[in-house]
Amino acid sequence: MSSDNKKPGVPGAWDFQSPTRRQLLIGTAALAGAAMLPRSAWAQAFPTSVVNTTGLAVTDTEVTVGILHSVTGTMAISETGSVQAEKLAIEQINAAGGVLGRQIKFIQEDGASDWPTFAEKAKKLLVKDKCASVMGCWTSASRKAVLPVFEQYNGMLYYPTFYEGLEQSKNVIYTGQEATQQIIAGLDWVVREKGAKSFYLLGSDYIWPRTSNKIARKHIENFLKLKVVGEEYFPLGHTQFNSVINKLKLTKPDVIYAIIVGGSNVAFYKQLKAAGIDLTKQTLVTISVTEDEILGIGGENIVGAYACMKYFQSLDNPNNQAFVSEFKKMWGAETVIGDVTQAAYLGPWLWKLTVEKAGSFDVDKVAAASPGIEFKGAPEGYVRIHENHHLWSKTRVGLARLDGQYDVVYETADLMEPNPFPKGYQ
Amino acid sequence: MFMEYSLGDLGSIFAMQAFAGLILFSVYLLMALGLAIIFGQMNVINMAHGEFMILGAYMTYLCSHLFQSYAPGLYDGYFFVAMTVAFIVSGGLGLIVEWLLIRHLYSRPLDTLLATWGLSLIMQQTFRSVFGAREVGVELPAWMMGSLPVTGSIEVQINGLFVMVLTLFITGIVALLMFRSRWGLQVRAVLSNRVMAGAAGVNTQRVDRLTFGLGCGIAGIAGSAFTMIGSTGPTAGQLYIVDTFLVVVFGGAQSLLGTVFSALSISQSQSIMEFFMSGSMAKVITLLFVIGLLMLRPQGLFVLKIRK
Amino acid sequence: MYELLTRNRNLELLGIILTGILIVVALPLALDIFRLNLVGKYLTYAFVAVGLVLCWGHTGILSLGQGVFFGLGGYCMAMYLKLEASTPEATKIQSTPGIPDFMDWNQLTELPHFWVPFQSLPLTLIAVFAVPALIAFILGYALFKRRVGGVYFAIITQALAAVLTILIIGRQDFTGGINGITDLRTLLGWDIRTDSAKYILYFVCCFALLGSMLLARQMIASKLGRILIAVRDKEERVRFSGYDPALFKVFVFCFAAAVAALGGAMFTLQVGFMSPSFVGIVTSIEMVIFCAVGGRHSVVGAVAGTLLVNWGKTVFSESFPELWLFAMGGLFIAVVLAFPRGLAGLFTDQLLPLIGRKLAGVPAGATPVLAE
Repeated sequence: MSSDNKKPGVPGAWDFQSPTRRQLLIGTAALAGAAMLPRSAWAQAFPTSVVNTTGLAVTDTEVTVGILHSVTGTMAISETGSVQAEKLAIEQINAAGGVLGRQIKFIQEDGASDWPTFAEKAKKLLVKDKCASVMGCWTSASRKAVLPVFEQYNGMLYYPTFYEGLEQSKNVIYTGQEATQQIIAGLDWVVREKGAKSFYLLGSDYIWPRTSNKIARKHIENFLKLKVVGEEYFPLGHTQFNSVINKLKLTKPDVIYAIIVGGSNVAFYKQLKAAGIDLTKQTLVTISVTEDEILGIGGENIVGAYACMKYFQSLDNPNNQAFVSEFKKMWGAETVIGDVTQAAYLGPWLWKLTVEKAGSFDVDKVAAASPGIEFKGAPEGYVRIHENHHLWSKTRVGLARLDGQYDVVYETADLMEPNPFPKGYQ
Repeated sequence: MFMEYSLGDLGSIFAMQAFAGLILFSVYLLMALGLAIIFGQMNVINMAHGEFMILGAYMTYLCSHLFQSYAPGLYDGYFFVAMTVAFIVSGGLGLIVEWLLIRHLYSRPLDTLLATWGLSLIMQQTFRSVFGAREVGVELPAWMMGSLPVTGSIEVQINGLFVMVLTLFITGIVALLMFRSRWGLQVRAVLSNRVMAGAAGVNTQRVDRLTFGLGCGIAGIAGSAFTMIGSTGPTAGQLYIVDTFLVVVFGGAQSLLGTVFSALSISQSQSIMEFFMSGSMAKVITLLFVIGLLMLRPQGLFVLKIRK
Repeated sequence: MYELLTRNRNLELLGIILTGILIVVALPLALDIFRLNLVGKYLTYAFVAVGLVLCWGHTGILSLGQGVFFGLGGYCMAMYLKLEASTPEATKIQSTPGIPDFMDWNQLTELPHFWVPFQSLPLTLIAVFAVPALIAFILGYALFKRRVGGVYFAIITQALAAVLTILIIGRQDFTGGINGITDLRTLLGWDIRTDSAKYILYFVCCFALLGSMLLARQMIASKLGRILIAVRDKEERVRFSGYDPALFKVFVFCFAAAVAALGGAMFTLQVGFMSPSFVGIVTSIEMVIFCAVGGRHSVVGAVAGTLLVNWGKTVFSESFPELWLFAMGGLFIAVVLAFPRGLAGLFTDQLLPLIGRKLAGVPAGATPVLAE
């Protein structure tokens, strides 16, 4: 099930991060020494009293950030990859000289898949630890729980997951896609490419799948003038999909549009296959199954399905090849990298770039400097922060392979504009 | 809601929903059997029942990996080996748990609930430390995939059929054990009057331990069978526990037949309703219905007449 | 024997006073507002534990659905606060301004009818107590009249917790779904998110808790308390003596539900949101366990147990996130096996006689459970 994507990194185009990569190749032990000299000089150019006027945990040599994900509980499955990506990014940034000459130190807290715990820990990271920024959260529910905390104590959150939109905050940078970025281009593609006329929408029963399906339905009915033949939701953790599979067999939609999450996914795709619905013949489009989820589902159960994401591990560009190989070096050759993991990796980098543009760690200045920040070294390719604190990014369609990876079959020519409050879709 | 479908379609719907309900029935029954033995016969509330199931599922996962690596030629048959392993490991752990924990608590049924809840937390964290937090899946042998067409629009899934046959087989064995074996006689004797049974020469301690072990072992088999239709993760066990207890209580805790009937009625009603409303609402209505019935008939569907 | 009982009761009173000194004086002086707010959150669970002491410890009814009542109380409060936060001005970017944001996301265009009463604070305060108590009454009356108890009752309440969780998550257009009701800001225009508000709410919570503890202790010490214990130990005999045990059980169950609901409402006020994870089975069982660790027979013990377990959970999950489930699991097993009467039992059975023997003549109880 593991990836066969082990091409060596091609040197060159990763100019932005080239010091990082060179140093990482030399080895971690040599790093501290190598980065020491320029760093102290750099730090002197930005005295702490100037870059930190609000009492954050910034010293002459160190800056503290928080990592807030679930290590225990049901969400630990999904959030592990994000934690790994954030730690990798922080290590790389430190190796490259840190942020304004300061090494990043992180404090990791466990949200324990429990939303109030997230709020409690977020508050701890901001109030007690004075973290300059926090990389964290995964589910919408955890983000909703911590959002008032970040707004009240003026913290900075880098949130990695693709999500339902309908939100925008000075204190959050959304490094994943909001719903329209994931849905619209994908639907257009499937209609164009597969000649699809009818759709069956499925989802787990919470805000993200419901909002996403709402946008999908509006797009299908109002813009594409096609038909939605059914829409269905299941409680989280649901494992019996025989009823809906019967309905699928009866209504015979051209496209099954599935936004099922977590453990339910495994049951759904297994039962779909067992029921004789062959995804190489029946078109199924999902926006919730990344390479991470396929580990649990099993490549053989989902081969032939299409996924709309902005990132796939198999993306063929030098940034991504280097990223994948560093990731595997740090976390083991068996690990896979999904869309959210990559988005989590962007968080520390975007924060570093923003801080350096703003010349300050102050949250207000970072928030104000964020729009327009460009990151050329992103594994997904060039990204830019929009005025609304979301990312401009491409939509890509991947075809699931037997080995659990996706072949990229389509990508939008341009970056898609993030639009968390889409007109005509509400 | 019936308007959209033709008469022939409706026939197929009900046939296929009934079959889906039968699969659900097998799942419920398989889950509940082990618990019915432990709760019904011993009056022990085993909150770690779900975790024993997940233990069985992980054993199946391990077996499938071993077979894939060392004996790919025998992969078609690995499932039977895996189920045996699951039964032995879960049952063995059950025996140990009974010896360390449960036997001290027979006089305090509510306390078994707390202690086994603690046990379930420990087991969950152990799974997480050993197998990782991610869900794991098991690759099914080729012969279990696909479905058998009955008519043009009605199809029967092979893995569902397999679970049903397995459930019937295990229920049969349990029934035989309970009602035709010496051990079953002893279990029933202990249940109806512990002191008297002891006085008549039944080794009640041994009976208790074996009963608990058997219940846990069956949970292991259930978990093993579930890898065919669902996923395996450290916390998946908690999803099943309420359903399982309700099935047992609704059936009348001490009656095996009651467990079978209650699994059947709960699964069929849920499955049929699921077709016409959302899964969440179907579940809510089913649960409320069961609670309501239990308010009217608290002893459950079937009652064993014993003098307390 | 009677003398011992009275002494225990006075001990409990002393314990309540010491708890009061601890939470009202010592902790606010020793802790910063962040930690104090955490303690405030733990104290809201202690309400549930106090209810459980009465209904489980003294009457023998184990409810695994106390989260339902805690959650309902919390949701009632949250609905009021959410409506107050959703003024037409604050929600003007929505398609329908003036309704809570999650309703707008779910395409509701007007406030559902059952939300309407929650525009008024007095009605909300009544609902905080009345809704949970009513549900407890219906459930309790139906079951206790039919003489269902023990394990069966526990499982049915657990199913109730499951039903309510699924319902809240499934009807997210009315309830906010799995996200819960978030972003609560003001109470009658008073910003509840500031530090000063947090201090005030903390003290309100403390006094409400102390009040509940006193009330519970009063009930235990009265004739009612003795009937409850009789119901627990020999229900048949109580029935033959001319009492209807069912009515006493219903009453205690409703009382526990109302106290839990008060805790839920205090939780919403202090934490600033409510989510279905507080209604669920896991939370409900955890609350029972707080109570068991502290001692199911002692009001003070249960509160102390709640504080200790939660404090341990926070500390453990900060330092060893991977280990805390082991620690919790081990603790529960240890409590059940080694000291079933909990910390309070440990204190009164082991420590007190020891002190008594050492200092014969000096009244015992100088260092109560809370000192641990």
